[in-house]
Amino acid sequence: MTVEALTEYGFEAICMPDPDREITGVYIGDLLSWVMGRAKSGDAWLTIMSNINIVAVASLADTSCIILAEGVTLESDVIKTAEAKDINVFSFSGSCYDAAVLLSGLL
Amino acid sequence: MSEELKFHFIVDGDDFTSAGKASVQVKKNLRQLGLSPETIRRVSIAMYEGEINMVIHAGGGVADVTVTEDYIEILLSDKGPGIKDIDQAMQEGFSTASDNIRSLGFGAGMGLPNMKRYTDYMDIKSTVGVGTDITMRVNI
Repeated sequence: MTVEALTEYGFEAICMPDPDREITGVYIGDLLSWVMGRAKSGDAWLTIMSNINIVAVASLADTSCIILAEGVTLESDVIKTAEAKDINVFSFSGSCYDAAVLLSGLL
Repeated sequence: MSEELKFHFIVDGDDFTSAGKASVQVKKNLRQLGLSPETIRRVSIAMYEGEINMVIHAGGGVADVTVTEDYIEILLSDKGPGIKDIDQAMQEGFSTASDNIRSLGFGAGMGLPNMKRYTDYMDIKSTVGVGTDITMRVNI
């Protein structure tokens, strides 16, 4: 499925500069080096981390999007950076587990 | 590519929020050179981990990237405190980062192991009180 289709399933787009990006898997984690070591290119990355460094990590690990669970949102300067670096970011009201279960049925 | 391409970066030690600038720029440059996405991913993640280490532990440093026909080489050099026990530092999960750094999602003790994981060659030269030089190579 594409990143854009997430909006139909309760994922709220915080910024979506690359809506056609294909989601090919899921990775869950808050420790950034684990994400860079283990996430695969194209994964949707589920996390509760919201500091500026997540944008660089998503860009370098080439994930298809960041999904912030537990209703976490971003500061406006982080949103700007994500837009500039072509990183899709969503917010989800449920837990990482809830989001993963939902995505498991969709992928 | 018949000639070597070189990129030089100064990694600012004070600015944690802009850490990653050099690796993101390298990613862009390598993309323009038409290298494979997997090669670019390996180089830029290894370099980012090194960059973050220099910011966390060494107050910054310099990064030099050389692109040849056969490989991409990353040289990271800092004048930080040095690494006391390299074997220990290479173990997954070993970290000397502060709680503040950990709260940002770093300091999981995966930086050096990731650098090794994503490169074909890695060499660490470090002297306590003098600094650390790391050479990494990713074959094309």
